[in-house]
Amino acid sequence: MNELLQQLGTVFAWLSLLQFGGTNAVVPEMHRQAVDVLHWMDTRTFANLFALAQLAPGPNVMIVSLVGWQVAGLRGLVVATLAMTIPPSLLAFAVSRLMLRAGPSRWLVIVKDGLVPVAIGMILASGAVMVQAADSGPLGLAISVGAVLFIVFTDFNLLWALCSAIAIGLLAHSFGY
Amino acid sequence: MEVSRTELFLGFAKIGLLGFGGIAPWARHVIVQERRWLTEREYASILGIGQVLPGPNTVNSSIIIGDRFQGTTGAAIALVGLLCMPVTVLIGIALLYDRIANLPLVGVAIAAGAAAAAGLVIGTALKMAIKLKPDLLSIAVGLAAFVSVGLLHLPMALAIAVLAPVSIGIVWWRQR
Repeated sequence: MNELLQQLGTVFAWLSLLQFGGTNAVVPEMHRQAVDVLHWMDTRTFANLFALAQLAPGPNVMIVSLVGWQVAGLRGLVVATLAMTIPPSLLAFAVSRLMLRAGPSRWLVIVKDGLVPVAIGMILASGAVMVQAADSGPLGLAISVGAVLFIVFTDFNLLWALCSAIAIGLLAHSFGY
Repeated sequence: MEVSRTELFLGFAKIGLLGFGGIAPWARHVIVQERRWLTEREYASILGIGQVLPGPNTVNSSIIIGDRFQGTTGAAIALVGLLCMPVTVLIGIALLYDRIANLPLVGVAIAAGAAAAAGLVIGTALKMAIKLKPDLLSIAVGLAAFVSVGLLHLPMALAIAVLAPVSIGIVWWRQR
């Protein structure tokens, strides 16, 4: 058991620092480690866990919590989640401190201004990837478009969009769509 | 702007709890629109820093935002606040999964929710872009990021490694 926890801790602490662009960047390597290298689970179980993580709220990084859970129960979940979040968080904290210390430096402003369009483009891209992954037919596409219009043209709470989408989905289903 | 530790915790807990299918829309909604902790531009630039560091950009930005308002404690509060609800819900889902996964209505609800979540992510990016009133070159960089990763499915790390220096270079060139 302790050996498993140690494996979880080492693998995820290492992967955590390779998550450039977010957790999805390391999912292929995570799959290779969990299935092919360390034989924690078969490929189908990994796919199920990945789908399950999409159901839960929160950042995509939650996939590692489920892998930890599957491998070593509650203790595995805690170890995997901490190993995956602590190293990048410490790095972000160090950068945060450097920025505070640098104060209003001209270079920092240039770097920050330069990164803004990249960050927004990447959010747009991940939304597009989510639409493609959902692949839920004309109704799903209509719901996605509706959610885009909702957020661009109103300032209402996003919960309205989620709840109406689910209501529309269930209604359409009950009418045989 | 002063944000207390309790407010930080509650704000990030809300972002984590409601962030179905990705927390980017909720993070912006709570931080910029609902609680006005940061302006659109301040938030976007912190998100930009969070994007080039390893790890989820929303988690990285939460740390930076927590640190800004309440120092080290604030950074820790932001991280714990963001993750505590999702982990709890996840344990619940894992325990109940076998019982609920095969109910057809659950599948229908999840598919509809996922479609809406995807739209919210796209809408959030568009709304931020509209509010920041970017010039043509910034729009070009944003579109390049979108096309390379969202449509051509190139690795995000590669796209960032190319576009971030280019974009910073453009800003530098114009301010010379």
